[in-house]
Amino acid sequence: MENVIEIQGLKKSFGGHEVLKNITLNVEKGKSIVVLGKSGQGKSVMIKCVVGMMIPDEGSLKVFGNEVAEMNEDELREMRTKIGFLFQGGALYDSMTVRENLAFALTRVLKIKDDADIEKRAVEALDAVGLGEAIDKMPSDLSGGMRKRMAFARTLIVKPEIILYDEPTTGLDTITSKEISRLMLDIQKKYKTSSIIITHDMQCAKITADRIVVLNEGELIAEGTYSELENCDNDFVQQFFK
Amino acid sequence: MNIYPPINRFFEKTGEQTNFFKAFLRNTFKGSFEWNEFIRQCYVIGYKSLGIVAVTGFVIGFVFTLQSLPTLKEFGAQSYVPGMVCISVIREIGPVVTGLICAGKIASSIGAELGSMNVSEQIDAMEISGASPVQYLVVTRILACTLMIPILTLFADALAVAGGFVGLNSSGASISMQLYFHKAVATLYFSDFIPAVIKTIFFGIAIGFVGCYKGYHSNKGTESVGLAANSAVVAASIWIIILDAIAVQITSVFVYN
Repeated sequence: MENVIEIQGLKKSFGGHEVLKNITLNVEKGKSIVVLGKSGQGKSVMIKCVVGMMIPDEGSLKVFGNEVAEMNEDELREMRTKIGFLFQGGALYDSMTVRENLAFALTRVLKIKDDADIEKRAVEALDAVGLGEAIDKMPSDLSGGMRKRMAFARTLIVKPEIILYDEPTTGLDTITSKEISRLMLDIQKKYKTSSIIITHDMQCAKITADRIVVLNEGELIAEGTYSELENCDNDFVQQFFK
Repeated sequence: MNIYPPINRFFEKTGEQTNFFKAFLRNTFKGSFEWNEFIRQCYVIGYKSLGIVAVTGFVIGFVFTLQSLPTLKEFGAQSYVPGMVCISVIREIGPVVTGLICAGKIASSIGAELGSMNVSEQIDAMEISGASPVQYLVVTRILACTLMIPILTLFADALAVAGGFVGLNSSGASISMQLYFHKAVATLYFSDFIPAVIKTIFFGIAIGFVGCYKGYHSNKGTESVGLAANSAVVAASIWIIILDAIAVQITSVFVYN
């Protein structure tokens, strides 16, 4: 199957501290990969490299077959229009209403100027995440779970081919966390998106992962399905499943 | 190359600021202009600063008149007070004081706003979505400052002249409004306005740029929001003083000679 993301020998250091050491990982079209690891192990750094927010020190990182480090500003912007990024805190534009948040990328990235079309897409995206009634609210009026859903809707509205999730269920209660995880799975099936999901939430990993990779001290130490890793011998990996 | 660390940092920061200014210029002339955000920023920067600028302008004119009147009276030159207030305020005091007030109010608010957007990853979210945060956040704010600071300065100048009228009358000198304004305006030339307005355009660019740069490049912790606001005020104020010193040199050579 076609790989949408190909990472080969990726290295990244900050001030002499090597955060990522020789990471090799491929993401197939339409598949979800969950990245497990302790905090501060470079998981977020890895997905920021994928969208070109950080430049790797060494190695190759291709998205849709193109080397990210070799892209110019316009090519990078073009690539980003096909990628959705769900931030841990939602990163909602807090000076804008929900409607304006959703319209932001539509008018500026997809260059849609027709108000009726924007409204239709906004309503569709909100309905897809079960937030239809919140269109005129400000982000500050939304609860934690609603903010995650709203961030989801903003990611979906541009119909991305890849979605990168940075701890999508952190800070949510178990029930809401499960709802968000199911929503992620529904979205993946409905829109055939590929995704990298960074999480510590094993329930989320179990629901959403086609494959799981485990990152420890900057290296991928294990890879497999949920049940394969659940039964593997590695002590570090086992700590996530206990 | 590893030179003395503070010198290294100075060159790094200078390079970073130059790149940021280049990004501002590139985004100003590229793509569609964010008119709605620009107008919103003009409202926030201009209209919402009218109060503080009005009070400051009026008090400057009032106090300046009260302070200068006794000295001029000794020489029988009190009739020169309206002209002196008018010239001083329009050429120098109005632009500098308005610039400093706006550096405090506007640069800090832009620094804190962009700093908090940076901390909450809103700027990253804009960039990853494929939109240009520089075009939406930076270009609109710097251009709004560039347009609004000269307007606010002229507004402060007008109120300072009015403050001078009140000051003169409250100190016992009875002078009609018509005579006061006649004497004030009679001393003014077009060449008094132009350098002052050009100077305030640069003040506006400096205030907007410093506020945006400090906020946009703040660190990721919540403490950095306060630091961004604080350092924006300090840097913008210093830039106002430096630009004013340069402008005075230029105008004294090319305009008033």
